[in-house]
Amino acid sequence: MPPRNGVIQKPRNARGTLLRLGKYLWKSAPLLILALSLSVAGNLFQLIGPTLCGKAIDAVAGGKGKVDFATVFSYARLMVLFYAASAGLGYLVPQIVLRISQKTVRMMRADLFAKLMRLPVQYFDTRQTGDILSHISYDIDTVNTSLSNDLVQILTSVITVAGALSMMIRISPLLVLVFAVTVPLSVLFTRFMTRRVRPLYHNRSKCLGEMNGFVEEYVSGQKTIRAYHREADVLKRFEQKNEAAVESYYRAEYYASITGPSVNFINNLSLTLISLFGALMYLGRQITLGNISSFVLYSRKFSGPINEAANIFSELQSALAAAERVFELMDEPEEPADLPEAKPLEVREGRVDIEHLNFGYDPHRLILRDVNLTAEPGGMIAIVGPTGAGKTTLVNLLMRFYDPQSGTITIDGQSIHHVTRSSLRGAFSMVLQDTWLFNGTVHDNIAYGNPGATREKVIEAAKAAHIHGMIQRLPKGYDTLLTEDGVNISKGQKQLMTIARAMLQPAHLLILDEATSNVDIRTEALIQEAMRALMRDKTCFVIAHRLSTIRSADLILVVQGGQIVEQGRHQELLRRNGAYAALYRAQFA
Amino acid sequence: MKQIMGYLKPLLGRMLTGFGIKLAGTVMDLAIPWILAHIIDEIVPTGDKRAIFLWGAGMALCAVIALAGNVIANRRASAVSRDATRRIRRDLFEKIEHLSARQMDELTVPSLISRLTSDTYNVNQTLGRMQRLGVRAPILLTGGIIVTMLMDFRLSLVLLMTLPLLTLGVALISRRGLSLYGTVQQNVDRMVRTVRDDITGIRVIRALSKGDYECARFQRDSEALSRSQIHADAVMAATNPMMQLLLNLGLTAVVVCGAYWVNLGLTKPGSIIAFLTYFTIILNAMMSVNKMFVMLSQAAASANRIAEVLNLPDEAPQGGLKRLENQSRIVFDKVCFSYAQPAHGYDLGPVTLSVGRGETLGVIGATGSGKTTLIQLLQRFYPPDEGAIYVDGENIAGMEEARLHGLFGVAFQSDAFFAGTIYENIDLGRGLPREAIEKAARCAQAEEFILATPEGYDHPVRAKAMNLSGGQKQRLLIARALAGNPEILILDDSSSALDYRTDALMRAAIRKEYPDATIVLVAQRVSSVKNADQILVLEEGRMAGLGTHDVLLRDCPLYAQIARIQMGGDDDAAA
Repeated sequence: MPPRNGVIQKPRNARGTLLRLGKYLWKSAPLLILALSLSVAGNLFQLIGPTLCGKAIDAVAGGKGKVDFATVFSYARLMVLFYAASAGLGYLVPQIVLRISQKTVRMMRADLFAKLMRLPVQYFDTRQTGDILSHISYDIDTVNTSLSNDLVQILTSVITVAGALSMMIRISPLLVLVFAVTVPLSVLFTRFMTRRVRPLYHNRSKCLGEMNGFVEEYVSGQKTIRAYHREADVLKRFEQKNEAAVESYYRAEYYASITGPSVNFINNLSLTLISLFGALMYLGRQITLGNISSFVLYSRKFSGPINEAANIFSELQSALAAAERVFELMDEPEEPADLPEAKPLEVREGRVDIEHLNFGYDPHRLILRDVNLTAEPGGMIAIVGPTGAGKTTLVNLLMRFYDPQSGTITIDGQSIHHVTRSSLRGAFSMVLQDTWLFNGTVHDNIAYGNPGATREKVIEAAKAAHIHGMIQRLPKGYDTLLTEDGVNISKGQKQLMTIARAMLQPAHLLILDEATSNVDIRTEALIQEAMRALMRDKTCFVIAHRLSTIRSADLILVVQGGQIVEQGRHQELLRRNGAYAALYRAQFA
Repeated sequence: MKQIMGYLKPLLGRMLTGFGIKLAGTVMDLAIPWILAHIIDEIVPTGDKRAIFLWGAGMALCAVIALAGNVIANRRASAVSRDATRRIRRDLFEKIEHLSARQMDELTVPSLISRLTSDTYNVNQTLGRMQRLGVRAPILLTGGIIVTMLMDFRLSLVLLMTLPLLTLGVALISRRGLSLYGTVQQNVDRMVRTVRDDITGIRVIRALSKGDYECARFQRDSEALSRSQIHADAVMAATNPMMQLLLNLGLTAVVVCGAYWVNLGLTKPGSIIAFLTYFTIILNAMMSVNKMFVMLSQAAASANRIAEVLNLPDEAPQGGLKRLENQSRIVFDKVCFSYAQPAHGYDLGPVTLSVGRGETLGVIGATGSGKTTLIQLLQRFYPPDEGAIYVDGENIAGMEEARLHGLFGVAFQSDAFFAGTIYENIDLGRGLPREAIEKAARCAQAEEFILATPEGYDHPVRAKAMNLSGGQKQRLLIARALAGNPEILILDDSSSALDYRTDALMRAAIRKEYPDATIVLVAQRVSSVKNADQILVLEEGRMAGLGTHDVLLRDCPLYAQIARIQMGGDDDAAA
């Protein structure tokens, strides 16, 4: 997966983020301690191995005919034992760490998703879906990789570095001074490079992001490109984006790949210094030959993790930055809680009153101004008007997806502000403009609002929505999985399914938001019939362009420029010869 | 994979020089410990300080050469992978542009996008890495093995005995691991899809208070993903301990066998000690090679996904098709079509009709009755299973794509917008004269709202045109279709979001301003098609009627019924 916003991202509040991450990890504390102690043991076994090997070789050292086979065999047996134990631990520790990191990730994902379910609808209206998705997949994945790889590596590295350093100090404190030159050198160099490379990475992500955006846009519109024969022209534009992407990738990679050889160079330098000074010290009788070679071996062990430190550090930084983004989302303000005295809404008749309602998504730009209306129980309210006139907005307010700046909405005398949201929303069933079906079976999708519904009930609803026949023709009927691209279901058929879903819901109020705009008129009339029967004694709000849909409405609201300009019945409004009449006559132009 | 290798062929020379430079650098890296040994074994006993400094300087020189060699080689490697990726990506994009509708359906848009983005990215990354690390590890591995063999052939054979076992183990684990990671990817996709579903359906979920249900549904996906991830990682985690164990056991065998041979005077004790050093080098190199193997097989998956697209057959126009006597602009001759297997019955057809120059064909029918399919066939997005479609007497199956598509101006039901200005979205890179674009916008009744924006025609259109209303989008799409002054104008239910008045004004304007265009007008409103020269009524893919409004009202019960429902009683119409 390409990096999102640059590989090296600095967390803003590293300490706070670490603390919160620590809280998740803390829940696996016993496993974590177990993994730690096992990896310490594994490291020790690894250190013992060469020693045993050395002892076995000592027993061979006598030469021809003087090999002490008893000792060789006993040490060989021990070697097998320790190597097997070391390998066993080497297998066991990742298994434990894996489970810790997966448990942590699972918890974070669950918390994050639960959070999404509590965020106000506005959050989703104002953000790109891809952005939200990247939190739950890419960001958490980054945290996971870092947890499972870096955690153990850092801990074992600390042990190795400390062990190697103490051994080297024991051999020759003077020679250790070599590292006083090379270690700061490599740290300085890494920091310099990081600073140098970071903007390059940033640029790389930017160019890649632009290219990905371009690809998404144009591959989705491939048919249009072909229909207008714009292939060559689009390809030329793609080439520019592609060039920027590969070039920025090249520059970033090239600079970043200097780091490895350079750190290696610094190591070689320290090796040179060690052999030079070691040799001189040997001549001054300050060190033995064997000690020089052990020192060199230990110095390798010592510098290994130090080399890795730069990598691990940048990985950790990007993991922390990812964790921070996850936590930021978790800290988003939620949909405000119901008032403490809120009671469940009791719908007796289904009378809806709206008084002096003012609302705008942007408080400075009101879309609805001083709206007043009354929906009688069991009535059908039709809202008509041009697109963008604020018809959908009313639904957002009725369901309390948004709250108005001022004014009240009451249902059977209870202000919707003073009842619980779940009871309010439960009182409506709705079919929205954007049909929504999830990746599940046809049955589950129809029974979504009423999960206990039997197959018979579902079929009944589907028949009422005139979609039963079509469902039966699907490969597995009601058990067909609706996947994003798989089954060939038209927009209209999807809408019929959401209508079937609404039919199954035991609600008192109905909202149809251009629900039938993709259903042909013939089917629409049949549905309307079924709906009317279903919604007897219940209040319906219907939003549609089609006048035929709303001719039988008890009250027609004509919305224009955020105002209700006319109210009344069809015949009344036609006689008034105003906005509605103009709209209606256009049908026969 | 082969396909990707093909892209590397022209870069082979550059790659080989890069490898040469890398080789020099790596050899220097190997020389440094050798010099160290030389100083300690040979120079130090002589006590010659000058020689020590000299050899020390030699080491420093080697270090510098290693640095320079590796940096240069890495830079060349990055350049090679850049050049290969550039071409792969370009060719892939070009190929995708020309995929047929059926191929697009099979591969799906999201999958094609990820092939163009993630997969080419993976290939780029791996090409670079393979060149950077791919030389070093094999050199160290073979170098290490050669040195041990030179040192003591017998002992090295013992160590080498473990290699087949190692290879077998690594191959088994990797194969199992790769298939397990396939499952992981599927589970990731499923989880992301659930979240995407829920974000788009957040209103429904809220309305039905299904938050907890969705959490449980998500939890299932999350756990399935976690389980498969643990499974895959757990298998792969066995690789390193297994390799270490096998090599260490081999080493123990070296010690034991060595002991026998030393006792027989066949081997020196010093050789066993030297084995320890080279053994570490071999082990590390083995691990690198293995890592590369895993990396390569993951990249191979990406490479195959790319190659799969590149290898799709091109749909070339057929030759040797006969012309039709009937010179009408559009002729459908017993056209039948089905999306899946024709054995299950046709989704459309047989359709036979003929439309003249400057005439309008209205198409009306229920959802799923085949209206859009008809349009797609006319543009040859799909080939008909039976029958043929002719334009000006010529079978469209034999036409060059450029010429065929040049005939049409099309506004689909929901069409693509591209980030840019309103002007650019109408023009769509065709470089049309400004007057043509303004005329089209005027006819499509779009001018009013365009000029109402502060920037007029330069008003920005954001990705997916989220800053435009449904009605505005439809009007722009119609303007786009008109702007090229097409011979055949296709409007596929493209005015559904317009009110009746605007719709009627638009139709009148189009007929007046583009008199020669043959119009195919797909609609659900009788009022939209009633003035057409012919109206085709479709019902579940079959022709239920073909004729003028008045004829159909009399002869086609379905049409009459639709008209009755939509237009209501005459008393209303008169009012």
